[in-house]
Amino acid sequence: MTWLTWRQLRFPVVSVYAALALIGVGLAVSRPVRGGFGDQEFPYLGSLLAVQLLPAVLGVFWGVPMITRELETGTHNLVWNQSVTRSRWLAVKLGVGVPAAMVAAGVLSLVVTWWADPIDSAAALETERSFEPRITPLVFVARGIAPIGYAAFAFVLGIAVAILLRRTVTAMAVTLVVYAAVQLAVPFAVRPHVLPPVEESVTLTARSIAGVQTEESPNGYVPQSLRVLEPAGSWVLANETVDANGAVVRPLPAAVGDCMPAEGTEPPTLADLDRMRECFARLSYLGYRQHLAYQPASRFWPAQWVELAVFLALSALVTWFCFRRLRHLS
Amino acid sequence: MTVLRAQGLGKKYKRRWALTGCTLDVPAGHVTGLVGPNGAGKSTLLGLAAGMLEPSSGTIEVCGGVPGSGPAQLAKVGFVAQNTPVYANLTVEEHLRLGARLNPGWDDELAHERIARIGLDPAQAAGKLSGGQRAQLALTLGIAKRPELLLLDEPVASLDPLARREFLQDLMEAVAEHGLSVVMSSHLIADLERVCDHLIVLVDSRIRLTGDVDDLLATHRRLTGPRRDVDTLPADQRVVSVRHTDRQTTVLVRTEAPILDPSWDVGELDLEDLILAYLTNPGVERPNLGVVR
Repeated sequence: MTWLTWRQLRFPVVSVYAALALIGVGLAVSRPVRGGFGDQEFPYLGSLLAVQLLPAVLGVFWGVPMITRELETGTHNLVWNQSVTRSRWLAVKLGVGVPAAMVAAGVLSLVVTWWADPIDSAAALETERSFEPRITPLVFVARGIAPIGYAAFAFVLGIAVAILLRRTVTAMAVTLVVYAAVQLAVPFAVRPHVLPPVEESVTLTARSIAGVQTEESPNGYVPQSLRVLEPAGSWVLANETVDANGAVVRPLPAAVGDCMPAEGTEPPTLADLDRMRECFARLSYLGYRQHLAYQPASRFWPAQWVELAVFLALSALVTWFCFRRLRHLS
Repeated sequence: MTVLRAQGLGKKYKRRWALTGCTLDVPAGHVTGLVGPNGAGKSTLLGLAAGMLEPSSGTIEVCGGVPGSGPAQLAKVGFVAQNTPVYANLTVEEHLRLGARLNPGWDDELAHERIARIGLDPAQAAGKLSGGQRAQLALTLGIAKRPELLLLDEPVASLDPLARREFLQDLMEAVAEHGLSVVMSSHLIADLERVCDHLIVLVDSRIRLTGDVDDLLATHRRLTGPRRDVDTLPADQRVVSVRHTDRQTTVLVRTEAPILDPSWDVGELDLEDLILAYLTNPGVERPNLGVVR
């Protein structure tokens, strides 16, 4: 059975691994050095995209056809009537396909993580950054060991959808949509809460404020919200002004306008500075503070392990579903 | 000894019953022909016996076990589906290797000998074979597995007359040599007549007739005589079909007893007459499909 499964999967496996080898070599010769990353935009974004897309590709082009091609050509009638149970047939397919997918995604992700390390390290130190720190959602999914879990999940998802729908093209489309939905839902609904975020209450001072967002109105610019400086390399979940009761304030009281340096005066005059200091003192007196919630950069590896565990558990659940449905397949 | 036993077996697809109320005993060591019009439930019955389908009602027992219940059960039953599926990108030789690896009782010698006799090139990809060659390959896999019961769904449909004759010959030899039991569906009654000694007739998802071919032929008679009402026939003569002309009545009856009425001209039936009589007279009351205006 292993021989047959490998015989069927060897072409897709070999082609994907060959493509990965090419990407690996390409990245190895172009690794950025600390200092100037100006010309690294393309490989940076390209490798990011490659790691994000690979699990979906494996689920859609390895997982789905593994089942639907048998069902569409009727060969399941042949193979299920040899002296091998359906469960064993599926177990071998998963036993060959899932590790192959996990290794592919793991190798690509670790190579990209290694390649991007100089950029990621720099991004972790800067507050005003040109590259996102690696714990933020867009980069997080393309680094470390989490993609191994994504690949396992995408692959078994492809198999499950194929068992349910039995048609290659529809199953491919549905697999892609479901996988994308899960990948969108996890960073919003799951990942921020798995490890409780660090919560801080920051006093509003001229030093701590990073910026104020204003909106144009007939009376000039009205302050809407303000942001305080964020810890470097972190994934900020909340950066909002709260009043004495802890309720989020938006828009800000008009008085905040006084806290800002007057436009076009650079550097601020002494009178300006006095006015700003008074304004901040008044805000603090009224109980306004800034609520900050974030996942610090140091959480990156714990969060990666949690992510891997979550997706492996999801994969196990989907696998169990596949074996349950298999009995009713004909 | 029975090789297949069904009790009130039924299979429902969504709303439609493809097979219903099927109670059946198929004896071991026989070639059983399964006949019926298209859509009568032949493939469904074979699929249930192979464990490819799950029954919606009733039970089925094949070679003493539940179909498809485990490797030992699967080893006992061979099934070649109607479209004789093979892996298009595997060669003929790779198919034989597949059979050898997946079946404990695989007869490699038989498989290679058959492939050579049919004239299949072992290095050729199965996707490039003709329909008949593909069927031969699938059938070879079924036979070389050495099952106790071989289920064949329209096995000879895509074979040329010569290949068909040879295949049936092979099948007969396997039955004689290894005590193989076969259940095969076919539309070609002439073929069934040559190889089958047991018969199942399916009409409208139900079993219409089942029995040993010789017994069936011995108990069915065609009676021809002056026109008369068939209700006057003795109680032990079950009417299968009736045809009236102006002066004459032809009745097909099933009876154990000899025909004593001297007004009948008693004729024998061959298998084809018998099967056609059952197929054309479903025996179930059908609603009158008149057009309502």
